[in-house]
Amino acid sequence: MTADLNTAWFVLVGMLLTGYALLDGFDLGVGALHLWVRKDEHRRIFLNAIGPVWDGNEVWLVTGGGALFAAFPRVYASVCSGFYLAFMALLCMLIFRAVSIEFRSKQRASWWRQAWDVGFAAGSVGAALLTGIALGNIAWGIPLDGRGHYAGSFVALLSPYPLLVGVTTLALFMMHGCIFLLLKTEGELHAIVRGWVRNTIIFFTLSYMMTTMATLLYVPHMTEALRRHPQLLGVAVLTLLAVANIPREVFRRRDFRAFLSSCAAVALLLTLFGIGMYPHMVYSNPAAAHSLTIYNAASSPKTLRIMLVIAMLGVPLVLSYTVSIYWIFRGKVRLDASSY
Amino acid sequence: MLSRIQFAGTIAFHYLFPPLTIGLSVILVVLEAQYLRSGKPLYAQATRFWAKIFGLIFAIGVATGIVMEFQFGTNWARYSSYVGDIFGSLLAAEGIFAFFLESGFLAILLFGWERVGRRLHFFATVMVTLGAHFSAVWIVVANSWQQTPAGYRIVEHAGGSRAELTGFWQAVLNPSTVDRLTHTLLGCWQAGAFLVLSVSAYYLLKQRHQAFARASIKVALGLAVVASLGQLITGHQSARGVAVTQPAKLAAFEGHYPASAPATLYLAGWVDETSERVAGVGLPGWLSLFVHGDPRAPMTGLRAFAPPDRPPVQAVFQSYHLMVAIGLGLIGLSLIGLVYWWRGRLHHTRWLLRVFVVAVAGPQIANQLGWFSAEVGRQPWIVYGLLRTADASSPTVSARDVMTSMVMFGLVYALLFAAYLYLLHQKIRTGPAENGALALSERTHGQRA
Repeated sequence: MTADLNTAWFVLVGMLLTGYALLDGFDLGVGALHLWVRKDEHRRIFLNAIGPVWDGNEVWLVTGGGALFAAFPRVYASVCSGFYLAFMALLCMLIFRAVSIEFRSKQRASWWRQAWDVGFAAGSVGAALLTGIALGNIAWGIPLDGRGHYAGSFVALLSPYPLLVGVTTLALFMMHGCIFLLLKTEGELHAIVRGWVRNTIIFFTLSYMMTTMATLLYVPHMTEALRRHPQLLGVAVLTLLAVANIPREVFRRRDFRAFLSSCAAVALLLTLFGIGMYPHMVYSNPAAAHSLTIYNAASSPKTLRIMLVIAMLGVPLVLSYTVSIYWIFRGKVRLDASSY
Repeated sequence: MLSRIQFAGTIAFHYLFPPLTIGLSVILVVLEAQYLRSGKPLYAQATRFWAKIFGLIFAIGVATGIVMEFQFGTNWARYSSYVGDIFGSLLAAEGIFAFFLESGFLAILLFGWERVGRRLHFFATVMVTLGAHFSAVWIVVANSWQQTPAGYRIVEHAGGSRAELTGFWQAVLNPSTVDRLTHTLLGCWQAGAFLVLSVSAYYLLKQRHQAFARASIKVALGLAVVASLGQLITGHQSARGVAVTQPAKLAAFEGHYPASAPATLYLAGWVDETSERVAGVGLPGWLSLFVHGDPRAPMTGLRAFAPPDRPPVQAVFQSYHLMVAIGLGLIGLSLIGLVYWWRGRLHHTRWLLRVFVVAVAGPQIANQLGWFSAEVGRQPWIVYGLLRTADASSPTVSARDVMTSMVMFGLVYALLFAAYLYLLHQKIRTGPAENGALALSERTHGQRA
């Protein structure tokens, strides 16, 4: 019974973080592409494409963090304090991004707008990179002591594999964001965005291939589950199909399907990541015995059960109004009085 | 210690914003309800103006709030491991039940004017208000559990002890939740009400946007009166609750040292912590009277606690008394406002309007002081009676790391605050759109192009 609960929470936290990657992924991607358009009107369209939804998207991170705190407090404690400076930098990026969106269009002066544009783009790129670096580190393994405390330094977190995962994450979000913009733009700007899609797909495919090879060669524990249960390779195949389907749909101008494919790719990549991690939450490297798992890091069964009830009540509500809001704000962006 | 300063600094900065949005949301609901009922464009215009202000404050509230969420883990790793079972659950519940509701419907409130019907828009405004209040509920519940833990047991786990949940509702409805929640929410209403009062009074003084200002000031004054008078009750209840659940804190509030004796209620004073005396103007026996209904009832004082178990008395005493003084001032001010309004002279009484313009700082300062005395008064405990603050920090984070990030956040927050004040000032100077909806963007463009 306990085992099932812990696994359920592993999946649930994973779902919340996947929700974050799916949703905030595209608005971080839009941010990363923001400086590539020059016209003020175009930049405003970018901002308004994510305008009504970005803060809701960030709530997925907040709730994912909360769920991690509630279900696996030792993971939350050790990751947050271990990645101290990285986390503080990430939080700074998110703050900058958030207020840049809000502040930018409140003044006409070009220096004002330019400054917040840079803040928005830098914050988005930085947040995407740091998120990826954090994922790379917990997969590669970080030095943990017997009580689950991080025993390394900040610079040690910036080793090649995590950096590679960071770049891949950025590339993934840029592609995802670019396809999202296809849905939201029209006319001249739409043509510009369409021109970028291929480049972002190439950028992502290259970095994804490198990450896959590096994982196969240097991070055997991440692929162990696949070797032991070959049927799970189906997920990897699906991931490849989803990625391959994106250029096909874009080429046929079925932008919404392309976006769905991109969403599927993000979700499947994180599923693969989850399969590689399970039942670990944080790999310890070199002392593998000190790894945090869904059992030694979890809250009491009673809390997990109560939280499961809360999640059962809350998540359907959340999904229902998230869907309605995306529905209300569907279609191309038109600037009006309430726009940024 | 550095971690405490950092947490206190970032939470104090964060707490400048949510009370304003919580209070403003109530005003938005009232204004938009009047619009739905009367159909007058004036109310639509007022709702839209305050909604824009709400959006600005909300964005900073979210951005600084994410920092708070993760700081429990970054700076207080041992605390997180110790209480994650309970505290973490309450925080997660806040995310699921409150934040999604608030941020989701905020999209409609801010951007949906041209996309949804009036009724649906009003529904969204109500949901935003509900979400804002829910978030206050869960976070105050979580904090109250730190003050008066309940529904838990201490268990050995993975090489250390921790608190595990035994009763969810006991933990949620712990002895201090209800008192502290009502006290906090009314404080938020006051913050929102006095912001609207201040801006409206400013317009009346400058004789600009008069119809708008009159509509707004009416709603805000109503809310200010209700909230300020309500604080008399909730403040009294909270103090009585503290006397029972955290006697050391109440003793520090009033500088009451004798281990067990009738206690004095000080109007103002200065605590000498070495000689354990208070020099000041006090009403002997009145604290006992307020708490126990009997001026001769003995009350537990600070000497009943070993010196390492006592909170810093002077700081708590002063912040508590200042909060009470401001609170009484706000009650007086809103009652005076009510009298003048009733006599139909509110809009022309320039001295009163001037006081209203600056009174916006009152609830903000009182809210900050209230939290300061509640949190510092709990020291040296991070969870009262269970875990000391000194044992709660992150073992792996060095003082230099904290210093680095503090400087970083100091700079970012200073920049942020400057931009925020500048924009708020601009918005208020520009004022609401005169001719209904679409005029706003055209007007601002015209002025600044």
